[in-house]
Amino acid sequence: MADVSFTVDGKQLKAPAGTLLIEACKKAGIEIPAFCYYPGLSLQAACRMCVVRIEKMPKLQTACTTPVTEGMVVLTETEEIKQARKATVELLLGNHPLDCPVCDAGGECELQDMTFKYGAPESKYIEIKAHREEQQWSPVVYFDRPRCILCYRCIRMCGEGMDVWALGIQNRGVGAVIAPNVQEQGQPDRLDCEECGMCIDACPVGALTSDTYRYKTRPWEMNHVATVCTHCGDGCKTTLGVRRSGTGMEIVRGDNRDRSGINDDFLCVKGRYAFDFANNEQRLTQPLVRMGGKLIAVTWEQALEAAANGLKQARDTHGGASVGVIGSNRTTNEENYLLQKFARTVLGTNNIDHHRTADYVRFVRALGGEKDRTASLRDAQKAPAILLVGGDPTEQHPMLAWALRTNTRHNRTRIYIANHRQIKLERQAKTTLHIREEQYGTLASFLGGASEAGLGEQANSFRESLRGEANLLIVFGSEVRAAGIDALVAFAKSLPGAKLALTSDYVNSRGAADMGLLPDLLPGYVPVTSETYREDYGDRLPATTGLDLVAMFDAAARGDLKALYVVGSNPVQRFGVDAATLKNTFVVVQDMFLTETAMLADVVLPAANLYEKAGTVTNSYGDLQTVKKAGDVSGVRTDFELIVRLADHMGAEVRKLVPFGNGTRADMGQSRGAQSGEADRHAVWLTAHDLEPKLSPFDPTATLDEIQRLVPGYNYSRFDLLAGNDQHLDVAPATAGTTSRRDLVLPSGDTLFTSGTLGQYSPKLVEVQAAHAVDDAEVAAD
Amino acid sequence: MPTLVSHPDEVRVVSRRFGKGAADIEKYLEMDGYQSARKAIENGSEWIITEMKASGLRGRGGAGFPTGLKWSFVPKQSAKPKYVLVNGDESEPGTCKDHLIFLHDPHAIIEGTIIAGLAIGAKTGFIYLRGEYRYLLEIMEKAIADAYAKGFLGKGIFGSQFDFDVISQTGAGAYEVGEESALMESLEGKRGVPRIKPPFPAVVGLYGGPTVINNAETIASVPHALLMGAVEYAKIGSERNGGTRLFSLSGHVERPGVYELPMGYSLKRMIYEVAGGIPGGKQLKGVVPGGSSTPILKASEIDIGMDFDQCAKAGTMLGSAGVVVLDETVSIVQFALRTIKFYAHESCGWCIPCREGTDWLQKTLTRYHAGGGNLKDIDNIRYLAENMMGRTFCPLGDAAAMPMIAFVTKFRQEFEDYLKTAPPKAKSDLVELVTA
Repeated sequence: MADVSFTVDGKQLKAPAGTLLIEACKKAGIEIPAFCYYPGLSLQAACRMCVVRIEKMPKLQTACTTPVTEGMVVLTETEEIKQARKATVELLLGNHPLDCPVCDAGGECELQDMTFKYGAPESKYIEIKAHREEQQWSPVVYFDRPRCILCYRCIRMCGEGMDVWALGIQNRGVGAVIAPNVQEQGQPDRLDCEECGMCIDACPVGALTSDTYRYKTRPWEMNHVATVCTHCGDGCKTTLGVRRSGTGMEIVRGDNRDRSGINDDFLCVKGRYAFDFANNEQRLTQPLVRMGGKLIAVTWEQALEAAANGLKQARDTHGGASVGVIGSNRTTNEENYLLQKFARTVLGTNNIDHHRTADYVRFVRALGGEKDRTASLRDAQKAPAILLVGGDPTEQHPMLAWALRTNTRHNRTRIYIANHRQIKLERQAKTTLHIREEQYGTLASFLGGASEAGLGEQANSFRESLRGEANLLIVFGSEVRAAGIDALVAFAKSLPGAKLALTSDYVNSRGAADMGLLPDLLPGYVPVTSETYREDYGDRLPATTGLDLVAMFDAAARGDLKALYVVGSNPVQRFGVDAATLKNTFVVVQDMFLTETAMLADVVLPAANLYEKAGTVTNSYGDLQTVKKAGDVSGVRTDFELIVRLADHMGAEVRKLVPFGNGTRADMGQSRGAQSGEADRHAVWLTAHDLEPKLSPFDPTATLDEIQRLVPGYNYSRFDLLAGNDQHLDVAPATAGTTSRRDLVLPSGDTLFTSGTLGQYSPKLVEVQAAHAVDDAEVAAD
Repeated sequence: MPTLVSHPDEVRVVSRRFGKGAADIEKYLEMDGYQSARKAIENGSEWIITEMKASGLRGRGGAGFPTGLKWSFVPKQSAKPKYVLVNGDESEPGTCKDHLIFLHDPHAIIEGTIIAGLAIGAKTGFIYLRGEYRYLLEIMEKAIADAYAKGFLGKGIFGSQFDFDVISQTGAGAYEVGEESALMESLEGKRGVPRIKPPFPAVVGLYGGPTVINNAETIASVPHALLMGAVEYAKIGSERNGGTRLFSLSGHVERPGVYELPMGYSLKRMIYEVAGGIPGGKQLKGVVPGGSSTPILKASEIDIGMDFDQCAKAGTMLGSAGVVVLDETVSIVQFALRTIKFYAHESCGWCIPCREGTDWLQKTLTRYHAGGGNLKDIDNIRYLAENMMGRTFCPLGDAAAMPMIAFVTKFRQEFEDYLKTAPPKAKSDLVELVTA
């Protein structure tokens, strides 16, 4: 819309016509206070804090509901306005308890801030305050009624934002109270919801508090570390609140209130609460070595020696092809890069793979290097039309679902859904096409122009509408495979401005594929036969395709796989591997827990998780983000460090593996932070090896130059990376000669309340699952 | 059925069919029933609005907005259906006039609704009765059914090409839904909380369509104004205050009841002549002229004419014309407490100043009345009320604050004296009182 000119506190301002005064002022650096106003949600004008004086208006006006108009003259801080705000705060403080010293929100409470700014130094209120006991509404949500100032943010967040509508208002007047919506009168106050905790996040005071954080700490006692959630493939940015604990640094909360990053202020139940696996009592904090058939706790030196010897022996006796490596979907790009480099140059094998939850290899090949055809997660919030094929974002990719809902609400985007199930997002959809589970391939080729072939009559109009859409965003799940991917990509290429995204299930599933945890492809989908890496990697780099994950276990069963190195993965459980398969294989497992795979290992190395390390991850959409170290548990080490130490113990030249002498000296924040306790460990090791003390070989930053130089698609901006900005990566260029492959994709099958192996070790997530299992059972019984 | 009162000064327009069985459609037709609607159909929309403007009829709900002007704001063309909405949520304490119209002359409401519909081009009208008037719904619904049976409602009303439907509905007992946008929310089946304005109902109203909302008495006045002619109607009242008004007289008077008097009628005469004066020869202490939300007038201030403008000049409001007369025996402290109790109970809770302000005032006055007050409280009552004024989301906050300011300013001495006479209570009693 055209700009209009108006005056605020004597300043001449311009903003597009229709902009709300409160927003226009914010952009110009004039802050207008408000409790009920929340950007992106519907308007309330209930708190009356944002009142301003507008010329020619008889009364004070609410800036949150007034659009700017040409020639408008506004005053935002006169005595009259200050008095109005002061009175509002005084009125609120009448019934509001003054329990700030114990309230969770103390120190970051909006009412507290307003009281400091406008409030009266003495209280006029001498009446009895209204009081009600605190209530627990769900495994994560507590409600402290007297603290509530009725701004209705939670109700709107839950209804408009989440499309859950679990909250409403009961009673009226001073008795008005936020309450869970229940089916029948008299039912207990329980939230029937997705447990996202957005209501708690939006609460300006301490009325809604979370079970994981309440009464634990104060905001100023924590470190606040911006990093990326470790759970699903959306890769939401999160700010973790951490504080000192008996065994290191404990994470006590996660949120994204500053709206930085790709996920707006959104976090789901997993991002917000499921970090407690880090402090699970079952966490491994001592290396284990199998002796006399039992796993016995040993020193790091003993464990690394045992692991290195086992791997070295297999390599030297039976050749590199007798060793296998399985990587992780939750480790960083730098770790994955290092792991494949370690496998290929130290172990001398291409037997490397990971648990694939989406076929990125096929996707990248189908794209053929065409630029601007892949979508960022950010596109989901602004694309004018979206086709969702397969998947259930509400359950599997909650941020994507949030983005689609927001886009529908704000921009009336047209959502087209093709799915074999009924999914919740259909409520926002313009059209839904229900197909059978086996028809995704048919659908993909139908969209590309083939005949309707049993998809039903509705399919024709569905395709016609899509053909008329410019800048369509196509998001598809792992239901679409092989030739289906080719067909869908071809369909996108036939439309103007259409972009694609393939969703996967873990935080770095895309990164694992990009970084070459693949038996036939080097990082950036470069065939192992290519010469591009040889100059850097040396002659040990094998030029023949290695064994994939399933073939590795087949080889183990035949007795051909002499050693297996598993990093942050649980293939035994995930792929249902028979325990006897590995009886003749020397197995080294790096993990947080004694998983089914670790139980079969000869050496188990306790590893740090994504919240305990620095690096980068790439989400499903190809958005690269920085991970920073937040938590710390004594007795564990990062996967990066463990790979380097193993290589060292195997007698490899560490400087060739990690060019730490040549790289940048920034350590991306906290890999050697004083609080982490790592500085000492590094210094000891470095001194022992006569190394320069400035840059550690355990510092993943050391590999950034090499990754940027060698990996197609990863020539990102270092500035943006270090500044914490997400950046959408170009797709790797087309490469010829990819081998024909079999489909190894196995979706995780995770729901909103599960998260692979990790989820099983999160007490809060387990509790939420149990609570919802009871709810579901009750529904079934009805 | 309550006894009807009468007085020779009355000018019976809206009330002229009261007590004559006009709820029966045949009786209504005998008394010029539906003549006005027919006239309106013949002359069309433009004519209706011009006549209404000329009649000087102003909204009888309390705000006194000119009816013809309100109707003219509705856009001629609209993608969404337009609606007429009759506000029969009569809840202002001291007011009981609409109740009589529904009881004695329901067809006048229907007829007025039809005319309003013709004026703005609506095809549907809603008649919304307050929750406590549930017993009137039967009468209203029978009248609607009879009008349908006669062909006055439905397809091609009165044999014309116009279609018009009328639907009646009751509230659930909230004063707040007397506010027009809260009423629309309630009618749509939602919580009765007001909407943000703009947009105003004339542009975006019920179900998002342009909507005209008129008080029941306003709507019932419409057929009369058209039938007698705008100029004739305007002559009845005072300057810029066309027509008559149903005054609900209550409190300490000999003959309480609803009287239809011309706009601008003397308040003094109303009390001492029409209603027969104060019983027992007691002295007048004060008058609340337009329902409980209007500032009280002291005995020395009642020499005014009762219309919107003269009341405003006297620092109060004509409001809903519910005249409450208080004699010398009334304790203003107690009266203030009773008044704020009502508003604290009826505040919808949406915005902070009204929700917290009414509660605080109620608690303070409860304590004050019980003997636990002090001089500071008087200032604080005024401070709170003044800080609610003009700051709330809807006029309910003003309605609660205005009378409080008047009580503590006009009767400050009485408040101070009360502290000397009322025996101080034990603190434990006060806790019980306040938390009860």
